[in-house]
Amino acid sequence: MPHRDPLDRPGRPGAGPAAAPDTLSRAAAADAGQTGAAQRESVTLTVNGRRETVEVDVRRSLLDLLREQLDLTGSKKGCDHGQCGACTVLVNGRRINACLSLAVMHDGDEVVTVEGLEAIDAQTLAPGGTMGSGAAALGDVPSLHPLQAAFVREDAFQCGYCTPGQLCSGVALLGELAAGEASIVTWERADADGADAVGAAPASDEELRERMSGNLCRCGAYPNILGALRRTLGQIEEGAERADRGPGRDGARGGTG
Amino acid sequence: MRAFTYERAEAAEAAAGRAADPSASFIAGGTNLVDLMKLQVLSPSHLVDVSRLPLDRIEATEEGGLRIGALVTNSALANDERIKATWPLLSRALLSGATAQLRNKATTGGNLLQRTRCYYFYDTTSPCNKREPGSGCGALEGFNRIHAILGASEHCIATHPSDMAVAMVALGAEAETLRPDGRRRRVAVEALHRLPGERPELETVLEPGELIEAVVLPPPPKGRQLYRKVRDRSSYAFALVSVAVALEVEGNAVSSLRLALGGVAHKPWRASRAEAALLGQPATRDSFRAAAEAELAEAVGHGGNDFKLPLARRVIAATLADAAGLTPEAEEGEPV
Ligand SMILES: Cc1cc2nc3c(=O)[nH]c(=O)nc-3n(C[C@H](O)[C@H](O)[C@H](O)COP(=O)(O)OP(=O)(O)OC[C@H]3O[C@@H](n4cnc5c(N)ncnc54)[C@H](O)[C@@H]3O)c2cc1C
Ligand code: SF4
Ligand code: FES
Ligand code: FES
Repeated sequence: MPHRDPLDRPGRPGAGPAAAPDTLSRAAAADAGQTGAAQRESVTLTVNGRRETVEVDVRRSLLDLLREQLDLTGSKKGCDHGQCGACTVLVNGRRINACLSLAVMHDGDEVVTVEGLEAIDAQTLAPGGTMGSGAAALGDVPSLHPLQAAFVREDAFQCGYCTPGQLCSGVALLGELAAGEASIVTWERADADGADAVGAAPASDEELRERMSGNLCRCGAYPNILGALRRTLGQIEEGAERADRGPGRDGARGGTG
Repeated sequence: MRAFTYERAEAAEAAAGRAADPSASFIAGGTNLVDLMKLQVLSPSHLVDVSRLPLDRIEATEEGGLRIGALVTNSALANDERIKATWPLLSRALLSGATAQLRNKATTGGNLLQRTRCYYFYDTTSPCNKREPGSGCGALEGFNRIHAILGASEHCIATHPSDMAVAMVALGAEAETLRPDGRRRRVAVEALHRLPGERPELETVLEPGELIEAVVLPPPPKGRQLYRKVRDRSSYAFALVSVAVALEVEGNAVSSLRLALGGVAHKPWRASRAEAALLGQPATRDSFRAAAEAELAEAVGHGGNDFKLPLARRVIAATLADAAGLTPEAEEGEPV
């Protein structure tokens, strides 16, 4: 199939570009020509630790920039309308839908895609993580974030199309939990407990499902995705306990089942 | 997506002036606007990116409220410790909406001004008075399960989809705006959106280029704050009916009440009739039901959304009962 630029919507009535009204034109728009051709802007952003400067059509989504211009095709396009989560990436440490964000608005931002997850600390979301036990858990796989390793262990995918988004979302979720952020389930639990305030969320299955609700899976791998999150949370907890016990740790952990 | 010109605003004053042309638009998180532009439901010729303006702080006001910058994200607002402790209604409403990914981008200003989710508004091959004034309303005779039962007109029966805005109305919040001519004003969130009337394309009282700079919360209303959202799925769906309440009971009577509804009208709906009917009345299920009836006295369904009348009645009464701390058991078997 010939490659189609996602900016074009052939077959739609009036899909041609509209000319910019004179009153609003600025230098860059003028450069784009009076024909109404699209404005292009230079954007510098850090993607998976690498600084990139690219020129983008201002209509381009962050997702299309990653996939079409930076050849990072890990992030997937499911719906292109913010409904499925396949395009989830981390921007400045927060998960977002890359399909609903204009690339030009990300000048100066730090983006992490599934291709760069291995270097993310599971708890702090900072690059250059200290967990690094994912690879050890699998033995032969070079370098994985613990959640990625857990996805393999738990068989948390079938076709794999939603997986990069699930992974980015899941990694962000671990950070949000560690930071004590609430979800609506956290509030409902506080109500059920008769608590006046909302505290840190214990990671119940219901809590994890609610927090992953922005990532759909047509194959229905949900139970195993939950399993992978559980496994990773368990590892984080163990890691914290081990750190508490101080030096003399028991080396790289093996896969526990 | 149609071509447009783009600029990043460096200062609020400049931004307001730059978007004064009706074919221009602000963009903040983009989660609503980019979606609509991809579908060519909206095709602004110029975008003024306000996302880098220094409007991302939440500050205490002298009156004991909070001033929330228009660019504070829905996630940040929902998790602000002051909000969680003192205006929990707002945190609950925000966290009831959308997903973690969307809330990380969605802003306070953009959330207030998000457009309806009416299917015909989204479908550029259907008539829609809001998208194309004078073309008719596809929803009136079509699928209208998600549509309005209060305050609609023969020209439009769309609903406003925001959860946050319903909480803001119940909390008595005001939007602080900056007009293209440089003047600032305050508009109660309750008065920000219009009813459709004959001009459903006019959704708010803001002028073209009027920038929301902040939303100001007054000190919290008295009593218990709750948000209840009823939807087709338990997560990640817009409200069919939602209820925001702040209720105080003294002795056995309702001493203070703020009540607003979502999913029922073209705007977040302040339930003034129910408030008036309940003040000073005993806090019982009977009076809560009567108040819900009073609020819905003029409600009408359009076929697909007829179910919203009994649903709204029951959800209003049940949420008031919860806020008053009535035990749930009493509800069993009772006709509603
Ligand atoms: C799949 C999906 C599910 C969703 N579910 C829910 C839900 O359950 N509940 C809910 O409440 N919402 C829901 N939303 C909507 C979401 O909350 C809104 O898209 C978001 O709040 C819009 O904020 P934004 O900053 O991205 O706005 P933008 O898309 O940037 O802008 C929206 C509008 O506001 C204008 N605007 C933005 N900022 C300003 C300002 N400071 N001053 C003046 N004008 C401004 C823009 O010009 C534009 O017209 C959902 C969205 C999606 C895609
Ligand atoms: S209800 Fe309003 S938005 Fe929907 S089709 Fe009718 S006019 Fe358009
Ligand atoms: S592709 Fe972005 S949410 Fe579906
Ligand atoms: S594994 Fe196929 S969509 Fe999730």
